[in-house]
Amino acid sequence: MCLAIPMKVVELNGPQATVEQEGVTRNIRVDFLRDLQLGEYVLVHAGVAIERIGEEEAAETLQLIKELCDETP
Amino acid sequence: MKHLDEFRDGKTARELGDQITRLATRPMRFMEVCGTHTMAIARHGLKALLPDTVKLISGPGCPVCVTPQLDIDRFMAMGAIPDVILTSFGDMLRVPGSHTTLEKKRAEGVDVRIVYGPLDAVKLAQDNPDRKVIFCGVGFETTAPTVALAIKDAQRLGLKNFFVYCAHKTMPAALLALACDPESAIDGFLCPGHVSAIIGSDTYIPIAQESHTPCVIAGFEPLDMLQAILMLVKQVMEGRAEVEVPYNRVVAPMGNPLALAAIDEVFYPSDAEWRGLGVIPGSGLAMRPEYAAFDALQFLPELGEIPTPKPTACECGQILKGRKSPQECHAFGKACTPMNPVGPCMVSSEGACAAAYRFAPPT
Repeated sequence: MCLAIPMKVVELNGPQATVEQEGVTRNIRVDFLRDLQLGEYVLVHAGVAIERIGEEEAAETLQLIKELCDETP
Repeated sequence: MKHLDEFRDGKTARELGDQITRLATRPMRFMEVCGTHTMAIARHGLKALLPDTVKLISGPGCPVCVTPQLDIDRFMAMGAIPDVILTSFGDMLRVPGSHTTLEKKRAEGVDVRIVYGPLDAVKLAQDNPDRKVIFCGVGFETTAPTVALAIKDAQRLGLKNFFVYCAHKTMPAALLALACDPESAIDGFLCPGHVSAIIGSDTYIPIAQESHTPCVIAGFEPLDMLQAILMLVKQVMEGRAEVEVPYNRVVAPMGNPLALAAIDEVFYPSDAEWRGLGVIPGSGLAMRPEYAAFDALQFLPELGEIPTPKPTACECGQILKGRKSPQECHAFGKACTPMNPVGPCMVSSEGACAAAYRFAPPT
């Protein structure tokens, strides 16, 4: 349940941001991250960015999540 | 995806396994307390790479699994109050309370809605001014800041119809209690990933020192986890009890200060009951008096008397403490399956029993 999904910041508007992952966009809040820039990757949990991460780590995390979820019966 | 390929190198995995086997010359037990670790260990068959001396056990790493029946009974009773819209993370809906689940209540007509997060529940309250919107606040430190943010939003917006039932749990006090429980006999912790990003690695220092239990913050990648297990083995064999972070991971020592400030502004530490573990002092969060207007506890008098729940007829408690493996529970795979779960560890896909059932089903 603590799982957070890596997504890319594509739009910033104060504490609001639009993030994107594989064509899916979502509006989230970024209150907990200072000086976030467009193009950065964040971990999104329950509609809020909780951590910034690198692009490589984002790709790796996404792959892991897919593997864990794909096999759900 | 070169980076990923390197991580998945089977040769390196075996080398790490060999190193662990060589070093671990006495029995030791390590507990992970993160639902994603539980799933990753089962999915990748990590236990098969480890020697008989090293046992991995799945502790209370899934917030759904540790939510006591009384809280679930109360969610259902609150949902039955006229004008209430009950909102929850989807994971909670199938967890059995004393008699039934939120999912079954919903089928009977109780207005239970799954939300992606607490901010969606605030939006729902804005859109339905004549209804009371109650959010079932479940989750560890990863989730608590998002709920704090929602409560602060509700206050800023002047909402009078948004409420949170706060059943949040915090990890450090629970880890210390488990580390100090002689029956659990834990020699080291694989500390949770996203929780650590919020609370920071320094939080584990007093736990490591007070209970003399090594703590290593592990990533989710199988090689990361093997690396972390090797670090724990080394600490045990050398008699150290320190907080370590594998070289390739970044965890801020102080965590995320803005998220921690939000938790601290809205909540204060309270004693909390963990399903299967009992009451652990200082391991929960309660709402500060300044935010009492948003506290769903104010509805409790309306709920009437809710009988004290009887313990579930399974061994989730023993499993969460690491005293039994899922396979050692009499109900596992028989009365208790993911389609028809008896206990919470079988409900959530991150639960120890569900992960064990899915990746190593009973024969």
